[in-house]
Amino acid sequence: MAMNEIESDSLLQVEDLKVHFPVTEGVLGRKQVATVKAVDGVSFSLRSGETFSLVGESGCGKSTTALSVMRMLTPTAGRIAFAGEDITRHTPAMMRPIRRQIQMVYQDPFSSLNPRMKIADIIGEPLVVHGMARDKTFYRKQVAELMDLVGLLPNMADRYPHEFSGGQRQRVGIARALALRPRLIVCDEPVSALDVSIQAQIINLFMDLQQELGLTYLFIAHDISVVRHMSDRVAVMYLGKIVEMADRDALFDSPRHPYTQALLSAVPVADPAIESHRPQQLIVGEVPSVRNPPSGCRFHPRCVQAMAHCSQTAPELEANQQGHLTSCHLYASVEGQ
Amino acid sequence: MSNPNLLEVEDLSVSFRTDRGWVRAVDSVNLHVAPGETLAIVGESGSGKSVTALSILRLLGDSGQVDRGRILFDGSDLLELDDAGIRKIRGDRIAMIFQEPMSSLNPVLTIGKQVAEPIQLHRGLPWSVALEHATELLKKVAIPDAEHRLGDYPHLFSGGMRQRVMIAMALACDPRLIIADEPTTALDVTVQAQILALLKDLTRETNSALILITHDLGVVARYADRVAVMYGGRIVESAPAGELYSNPQHPYTRGLMNSIPGLDGSPQSRLITIEGQPPDLANLPPGCAFAPRCPHASNVCHDQKPALEQIAEHHLRACHGYE
Repeated sequence: MAMNEIESDSLLQVEDLKVHFPVTEGVLGRKQVATVKAVDGVSFSLRSGETFSLVGESGCGKSTTALSVMRMLTPTAGRIAFAGEDITRHTPAMMRPIRRQIQMVYQDPFSSLNPRMKIADIIGEPLVVHGMARDKTFYRKQVAELMDLVGLLPNMADRYPHEFSGGQRQRVGIARALALRPRLIVCDEPVSALDVSIQAQIINLFMDLQQELGLTYLFIAHDISVVRHMSDRVAVMYLGKIVEMADRDALFDSPRHPYTQALLSAVPVADPAIESHRPQQLIVGEVPSVRNPPSGCRFHPRCVQAMAHCSQTAPELEANQQGHLTSCHLYASVEGQ
Repeated sequence: MSNPNLLEVEDLSVSFRTDRGWVRAVDSVNLHVAPGETLAIVGESGSGKSVTALSILRLLGDSGQVDRGRILFDGSDLLELDDAGIRKIRGDRIAMIFQEPMSSLNPVLTIGKQVAEPIQLHRGLPWSVALEHATELLKKVAIPDAEHRLGDYPHLFSGGMRQRVMIAMALACDPRLIIADEPTTALDVTVQAQILALLKDLTRETNSALILITHDLGVVARYADRVAVMYGGRIVESAPAGELYSNPQHPYTRGLMNSIPGLDGSPQSRLITIEGQPPDLANLPPGCAFAPRCPHASNVCHDQKPALEQIAEHHLRACHGYE
């Protein structure tokens, strides 16, 4: 895969992203004793208007990747380009105009809203911060439009977050993210704290907004069925690396990486008729610590198909003819020639 | 007539004291579970599923009280027992596994101490024997190198391992009934699958009953024999799992089934949602709690609470009916 080739329709490009955190010891934490490679060589790009999902279990690096894209973290290495502009080393001042175009929706609607602010002010704050609230009438009109857009009633404007249920609060969080008319929204587990019946409302809202406003989503989630429902393309992460990346249907209908296969099989389907004769491929053990990842392929200690050299050499992420990328020696030996 | 049920909850109502006065969290709930059976109680936040479970073990705390009802376990009413009596049952005959393995283990006691303690307490065994039992239990729940981990503190264990320890503690005295309240919600999905499979195998092995409290309809489909769906403090539908999924009869159950994006359904289609917000228990409507969100609600639904009635064999529904 050519790294420097600029795809004309790509809104976000992440190339060989590495985010390493130092592990320190001693008084004042001066001595670095180890490095946590939270994200270790991740590349992907987002086409304008699509939903691209990063899935994986705790510690896989999906949230760290999201925070790097938001530039709330500075990458250790690699390159992040937004709309053709390299933002990898942007200072906070340089990020300001970019931030208008990249916004974030958070997981927990209970702790991500300021409890002392009225709903209308929470939603309108980004406009004020970015100097886009020209005058009071304009500001009020904007806030009212945003509330309407996400399905909040006008009479809710002067209420406080604690008066709202989880689903309504997430609507507030989404309205706030939309205030600056962003092009890309990074959604970090946006529905996982919500009840099932409310989750469906918010999923529909995300999809309606995307159609209406032409939004691009970088979607971070661990819920496989939500990801399948919303995504155009999916990347599966494990211990800081992408192990498989493909179009949604290819990934869900014919997963190639043993980890993806195990992950999909671990998710129970809400239908006892399917569950009763579905083969269960339980993987053993738990995700190892990122501080000390296994050698070679990081999945090899838990992999049912592991071969001798899996513990020695790390496989490359390679595409098959359909553009389905897999990082696994099972396929590399056949297709790598 | 011999009673096949291990636990029978009859007409249970529970209230909590709040800033806004007494709020009824559980209203006229009837449940039963037989040895070897897995009953799932499904519902969203505030539906009363956890309060029902806590009532069984009389763990409501100072702000909660049972207003009426009976909880028959092995023929005797748990609500009639004095404190010493219920303590004998708790952790011995009935064990509970909580959602948060991080906060339900004591951080300053070793794992060995925490697992062995109930055995010593309830069985009156010497400490060394209790510790041996604890080792066996930790092996049974597949904690690697169990002998050498007895002296470790909880923070040295991962989330999945801590939940295994919780299960080991729950199994310590061979309970007849295990109540698991969202046992895997805090865990990764591959670990969830391991833990639930373990729990299911162990209960099957000992022919004990399992009450699984969850909001996850996928987990229910994979592990439950029978399901009770709760909404606004009441059971709105109960049926064998297969029947409930293939033939849901309450509009709320139907709504729930529709609102999960399936792994088999067509992606990117609009999900059919249940409109509106979950009910406020302090301010429930006089009729059916689901009526404000129900697409089929008629006048009678807004005025009268529907009773839970049998509509087919083993299938109950609390609904005034609709076409």
